[in-house]
Amino acid sequence: MSGELLRLDGVGVRLGGREILRDVSLSIQPGEFTGLIGPNGAGKTTLLLIILGLQPVTRGSVLIDGAPRAPRDASIGYVPQKLGIEPDIPLRVRDVVSLGLDGHKFGIRLPSRARRERVDDMLTAVGARRYADARVGELSGGEQQRVMIAHALIGRPRLLLLDEPLANLDISSEQGIVSVLARLARAEGIAVLLSAHDMNPLMPVMDRIVYVAAGRVAVGRADEVVRPEVLSRLYGQHVDVIRVHGRVLVVAAPEGAGEAFRDEAAAEDASVAG
Amino acid sequence: MTVLRYIVEPGFFGSGPVHVALAVGTVIAVTSAVVGVFTVTRGQSFAGHSLSDIATTGGSGAFLIGVNQFWGYLAFGAGAAAFMEMIGIQRRRGRDVATGVVLGAALGLAALFLYLGTEYSTTTGASFTILFGSMFVITSSTVPALIVSALLALGTVAALARVLLLSSLSPDIAAARGVPVRAVGAAFLMALAVSVALSAVIIGAVLSTALLIGPAATALRVAKGPVRAAAVAAGIGVAAIWLGILLAYDSYYWPPAGRGWPVSFFVVTLITCGYLISYLRRSGRRDVARENQDMEHACSVA
Amino acid sequence: MFGGLMLNTWIAATAVAVIAGVTGFFAVLRGSTFAAHAIPNGAFAGAAGASLLGLNPFAGLAVFSVAGALGIAGLSRRSRPDVATALTFVMMLGVGALFISWSSQYSQEAYSLLFGEVFGVSAEEVPPILVLGAVSVAAIAVMFRPLMLSSALPEVAEARGVPPRRMELGFLLVMALATSMTVPVVGALLMFSLMIGPAAAARSLTARPVLALALSVAIALVTVWAGIAISYQSDWPLGFFVGILGAAFYLAGRAYATARRQLDRTASPAA
Repeated sequence: MSGELLRLDGVGVRLGGREILRDVSLSIQPGEFTGLIGPNGAGKTTLLLIILGLQPVTRGSVLIDGAPRAPRDASIGYVPQKLGIEPDIPLRVRDVVSLGLDGHKFGIRLPSRARRERVDDMLTAVGARRYADARVGELSGGEQQRVMIAHALIGRPRLLLLDEPLANLDISSEQGIVSVLARLARAEGIAVLLSAHDMNPLMPVMDRIVYVAAGRVAVGRADEVVRPEVLSRLYGQHVDVIRVHGRVLVVAAPEGAGEAFRDEAAAEDASVAG
Repeated sequence: MTVLRYIVEPGFFGSGPVHVALAVGTVIAVTSAVVGVFTVTRGQSFAGHSLSDIATTGGSGAFLIGVNQFWGYLAFGAGAAAFMEMIGIQRRRGRDVATGVVLGAALGLAALFLYLGTEYSTTTGASFTILFGSMFVITSSTVPALIVSALLALGTVAALARVLLLSSLSPDIAAARGVPVRAVGAAFLMALAVSVALSAVIIGAVLSTALLIGPAATALRVAKGPVRAAAVAAGIGVAAIWLGILLAYDSYYWPPAGRGWPVSFFVVTLITCGYLISYLRRSGRRDVARENQDMEHACSVA
Repeated sequence: MFGGLMLNTWIAATAVAVIAGVTGFFAVLRGSTFAAHAIPNGAFAGAAGASLLGLNPFAGLAVFSVAGALGIAGLSRRSRPDVATALTFVMMLGVGALFISWSSQYSQEAYSLLFGEVFGVSAEEVPPILVLGAVSVAAIAVMFRPLMLSSALPEVAEARGVPPRRMELGFLLVMALATSMTVPVVGALLMFSLMIGPAAAARSLTARPVLALALSVAIALVTVWAGIAISYQSDWPLGFFVGILGAAFYLAGRAYATARRQLDRTASPAA
């Protein structure tokens, strides 16, 4: 129990009359690389916002290092999903990373050589040094992604959350980002929780997986969780897991094939509620 | 020396009102430019414009009750900013119909105040001055208030600079780091209202947006980082004010004789020309960047 | 109130209201409220310049209005639209201010061009206003379906081959031409209020496009007629009434829509 970096217990969220998430329990150990996998709309972003304290929970608890989250918690870094950075925002790449250190502070700060070196080192580590002086709004999606990772990491967080960082990237950029993340996280002992709808790029680096579907989660190692029976119960309908050339595909079965699983899921819900 | 005499009409450097105009104008230009950089970055240009329309109402009202228009610009502008904040108009969606309708009512009121004010007052050309400014409207009694307001606005924005930039980058990241995003936005809106009131003094309520947005938009095309952008914007603003005042002074000797051309015309034209020059020069990278992002958006939507 | 000089005003004002109602409907639909605010200022500069320089007034108005529309559309290509509109807006007004300052009558003239003037219409001005009004309405009628599509569902329109930028430019140009004639009556600064208020009110009352369009025109007519009548009696500026009545109708429309929603909710309690 002690030593857990993050712990969610029976978390439920209700939004706009709909239950987005229910009975979510999971824990993350320091340094662990966890994939938050699930189809679009499953609630992955909501879950990340809960951990950040930006989304209140309807029930359950969120503990960070065994205590509820403090308002200014610098131990969690965050890379949001679609940044939509305007091309003319007056921030160079190095300015963005520098804001990762002190963007939340008031007042004027004088430039310092030590800070500049730290920013440069971080940029080099993520492979963004060569465009350090370019406007962040003029970069491609993949390049911006690296910059935002540098921004999140420079504050030395203990947990890094990333919301669908791979969504709009081409395959080579995808692989680049994953390997940079894994390398830096291992080197600094940073835990990573990364959401995606396709788990394949993450298979080589994931320690554990949190699979989200139909508002609930299944947690464990990939080989434990990514199985037809586990996922079918989660989805509430028959689901096949297909393995082809080392890649994993989760596929819904045709209609009518899954009554048994749906009834089972409904029975479970009834017993929890009653 | 002779060349200088052609550019600068006699008496310019010795004239008292010109000194005041130059000094106060510089302070106002710097404040507007710096506040403007953040305004454009935060996508709040329309809010700035709305505030200038409301300032028009304030200035007209002040005129009606016989008070210096700066107080009117300031009071109505600050009030409008507080109101906008209360009803949550800070978010970009705020440029919607409701705002437009309110502005229409505000301008209608301005029309009424100006009409009634002109009926009951003896100052000629007061409407013109309130709407379009004038070089000599800066009375010595208001100078301390102008300077203090400018320093307050500038100070606020400087103190909030990092937090504002972070919020522009991502409001979620800022909120997650404990930044009181809403309060910061409210403070900025106040600084914006004060800036608009200050610009309105020199170039009129209706045109005050120019000093706020023009230099900032130009600087953003040309400078890359935040400090440089603010510096360039301030430089452009000050240059526009100085040249504008100089030309307005000179224009007393130009046709159609006698009255001189309005300083606001020169300032606005100079600022617009500055923007056009930067607009035409810098192409390529930015448009390519926009296209890349459009394509990425389109692919992710599909 | 209805005789002689005022007859011109009534006729012109009716045309103005029709133009405002029609263009305003699309401006609200497209979210172009800021552009609607900016475009008539081109006409302000044109009118001020025309009277001063002895140019053909209509040519002057049209030229400046169109220049304003082109400025907004052109600058929007490489800047944020808000910035493009704001800069075009102030440039037009600045030029207008210059022209006003040159004329000997400047205070009164500036005032009436910006805030409207009940006696601002002479007999020769009426036919061009009517013609331009008819042309604008006809142009909108021709563009109606692609304009509706690109306003409501821009991506679908683009997929169907309706070029969004060209539609936007086309719409801005129609707005420029249409409003150029209205400036002498309603005033450059308040014209947008006549476009936005009634159109927004109409949208709160009904979702059906053609009905909303008709309502938009109807409310604009009522606004202008009431404004002229009261302005005539009280001597207060027409622009004041346009601004206030526009806001009043908008609020009434919103109140109606909210009341309707409450009624629906109580009538059928949701599961």
